[in-house]
Amino acid sequence: MATKAYTLPTNVAPETVANIRSLVRIVSLALISAAAISSRLFAVVNFESIIHEFDPWFNYRATKLLAAKGFYEFWNWFDPTAWYPLGRVVGGTIYPGLMATSGVIYNVLHALNLPVDIRNICVLLAPGFSALTAWSTYMFTKELKDESAGLLAAAFIGIVPGYISRSVAGSYDNEAIAIFLLMFTFYCWIKALKTGSAFFGTLAALFYFYMVAAWGGYAFITNMIPLHALALILMGRFSSRLYVAYSSWYAIGTLASMQVPFVGFQPVRTSEHMAALGVFGLLQIIAFAELVRSHVSSKQFQTLLYASVVAMGLVGFFGIVGLTYKGWIAPWTGRFYSLWDTGYAKKYIPIIASVSEHQPTAWPSFFMDLHMLIFLFPAGVIMCFSKLRDEHIFVIIYSVVASYFAGVMVRLMLTLTPVVCVAAAVALSSLLDTYIDPTEPVPEEIEPTEAEATPQDPAKKSKKAAPAGNPTSLGEYFSRFTGNTNKPRGIFGINNRLIVLFNTFGMLVFFVIHCTWVTSNAYSSPSVVLASTGADGNPHIIDDFREAYYWLRQNTPEDAVVMSWWDYGYQIAGMANRTTLVDNNTWNNTHIATVGKAMSSSEEVAYPILKKHDVDYILIIFGGLLGYSGDDINKFLWMVRIAQGVWPDEIQEPNYFTKQGEYRVDDRAPDTMKNSLMYKMSYYRFNELFGGQQAMDRVRGQQMPKQGPTLDYLDEAFTSENWIVRIYQVRKEDILGRDLKIANAFEQGRKRKKTKPPVRRRALA
Amino acid sequence: MAPKSSAATKQHATPAPAAAPEASPAAAGNALQSLLNAYNQNTSPRLKLIDAFLVFLMISGVLQFLYCVLVTNFPFNAFLAGFGSCVGQFVLTASLRSQVNPANRNEFKDISPERAFADFALGSIVLHFFVYNFLG
Repeated sequence: MATKAYTLPTNVAPETVANIRSLVRIVSLALISAAAISSRLFAVVNFESIIHEFDPWFNYRATKLLAAKGFYEFWNWFDPTAWYPLGRVVGGTIYPGLMATSGVIYNVLHALNLPVDIRNICVLLAPGFSALTAWSTYMFTKELKDESAGLLAAAFIGIVPGYISRSVAGSYDNEAIAIFLLMFTFYCWIKALKTGSAFFGTLAALFYFYMVAAWGGYAFITNMIPLHALALILMGRFSSRLYVAYSSWYAIGTLASMQVPFVGFQPVRTSEHMAALGVFGLLQIIAFAELVRSHVSSKQFQTLLYASVVAMGLVGFFGIVGLTYKGWIAPWTGRFYSLWDTGYAKKYIPIIASVSEHQPTAWPSFFMDLHMLIFLFPAGVIMCFSKLRDEHIFVIIYSVVASYFAGVMVRLMLTLTPVVCVAAAVALSSLLDTYIDPTEPVPEEIEPTEAEATPQDPAKKSKKAAPAGNPTSLGEYFSRFTGNTNKPRGIFGINNRLIVLFNTFGMLVFFVIHCTWVTSNAYSSPSVVLASTGADGNPHIIDDFREAYYWLRQNTPEDAVVMSWWDYGYQIAGMANRTTLVDNNTWNNTHIATVGKAMSSSEEVAYPILKKHDVDYILIIFGGLLGYSGDDINKFLWMVRIAQGVWPDEIQEPNYFTKQGEYRVDDRAPDTMKNSLMYKMSYYRFNELFGGQQAMDRVRGQQMPKQGPTLDYLDEAFTSENWIVRIYQVRKEDILGRDLKIANAFEQGRKRKKTKPPVRRRALA
Repeated sequence: MAPKSSAATKQHATPAPAAAPEASPAAAGNALQSLLNAYNQNTSPRLKLIDAFLVFLMISGVLQFLYCVLVTNFPFNAFLAGFGSCVGQFVLTASLRSQVNPANRNEFKDISPERAFADFALGSIVLHFFVYNFLG
């Protein structure tokens, strides 16, 4: 009989053990949820309960409208203050899932007489859903291995920075609920596939619908599930269960996804969705062929059937290709091309490439976002190979696909994070299982006999052999390779166990410390409010953005039009409540290019553009004084590039570089750069701050020219405390009909130059 | 697409023997005959009832598709809803069929015929909720 490394109490009833187990599971899940929620509250504790960043401001604004005026008003909302003068049909151009969720929560709480402010619901929605994500990851991993792996996975996803970066309190964005929906849809799919239940297929379709309503990333599910199904078919694992699960998911899910106005007929019209349709058709054919085969065994008939199935598949494939060619099915969109060809966006669609979260991921951010999980991840994937049930294939495909995408785009790190947590949990839990198990390996001399002698005790055998692996596992192959199959495998003694367990525990502790540190330091900044630390260590809050937006709200007419680069469109609409030309929706490239052109051309050229668009104020972000690097001068080249895409004759990127190809703002900056509206607005009166000494741009680290730029067509209206936000008022046309430049010169007492044409108003007509 | 493709497979199976040199038309006819015989003998009346419903759904779907291709696809959402209801109902019924088929007993261990019917009913209700919403 095998010896034990340590003894377990034997006088406990099995029911008691089971009860205690489930109690411990529930308590752990509750604690994990609490940890997940509370670690996301750093943002509220350090700053305040405020909506973060850019897109959330729009979601918040839409939710406020939904809560105040009801769902129908929201559905039919036409927003005339965005994309002036075009306006925006909001109801048909958003994923309404997030707002609808908050709206439902708001109404339920109010029905219960809990008058919670809509802002607090929006701020705390993401932490709340992170608890649900932890739970659904637990369910998912439980299907892969067991409950203990599930608990580990839940703990990982609860605090891993890769997911926290998108779900801190106040980060009220679609991803906040989408990751929960993603994991739960996958869980339903796995469950449906395992049991062959149409109920779980329907449930998967319903959550797929919710996901479609919530996030554009639903296309990931739309392609992951067919890919999994196709892989199973190609591996010869077709079963009626697969048919039931996939058919019920696809038939209901596709019809449901078309209910979202923004998606519309895309599921039958665009290439992104064709894979799902193709696999659906293939499954029908195969299922029919299987049915026929079950009734006849004639050899030739089966050959015939096989040939016709292949022919049908080919016909279907070429049909889809032909339809794409004829234009019935829209080809891939630019965003998808940029996933395959990473240089594509920069060449053809600068507006996509200009978004920082669309840049390729730098390798340190993998460690920063996932810490030790990134090392455990491959181990977990390999362990999936050793069991290789249908759901393990899913995890393998998911991890390969998501790893690629995470390497291409920073923001897709988010889709990688769940599978990393799952795989790492499987790996770590296998390690713990092996080292906590008290069974000692049997000494060598009785092993050969025992291998044949104890087949009647399979449970104990497999448990003991777990480290060695069952005959199909990789471990077995490796041991065959090294030729020591008959050696007993396992862990002797308690010391070895304690060493490994202690190290594992240490790693977990470091993981928690790292996650907490990253969350509190890197991911909890609202970016609307900045924090800095003074020389004495005191925190210092920089609140320039809100200062400027509130200035706009208080001091400008309600119908004033504010021009800014598109990054700030949602914030101006949300905080200042003023009309904007372009915002973060970026649906109209030409309109954005118009703003880019106005910013990058000289005052004389820009003024007619401003007048045509009724612009009253221009808002720019300038970090030169404080060293805030995300300012408009650093984004300026993108404005130039986007404008060049539409007006290649008037705006050329090389003109904004020095002869040596450097991007400079000091004395050596080229004239095009110095005369551009953006440059002038950024550095207007900047010299005066330094009281005669030479001005210094702290972001670029360059000395500014002695003579600062002058403005003829604009007036400085407002500059915030730290100069981060500067607002300029566009001058009215001169009453006497003179060119503003000449009028300005006249006011300053200079003579009119004879060579200038007297009136330049014609340009406006 | 299910009804269309399945129907096409059936039609395809008949002319194909001419292409295959070793299979004579008579043999293919025999094979079809034996298929029909085997089907008639080995299928319980319940399954035959389900099959009749499947055939009806397939015909209905094919008719709608032909209408869309030949006449007009004008209310495209209405076509999609109608066609989707046929396809969706078809696959749900086919799922029910494979779940209650005694030959598949070992595949669906935890699904009794009653449970299968409950799943079928739930799936159909959800499906037709969306169909109704989409008809416009």
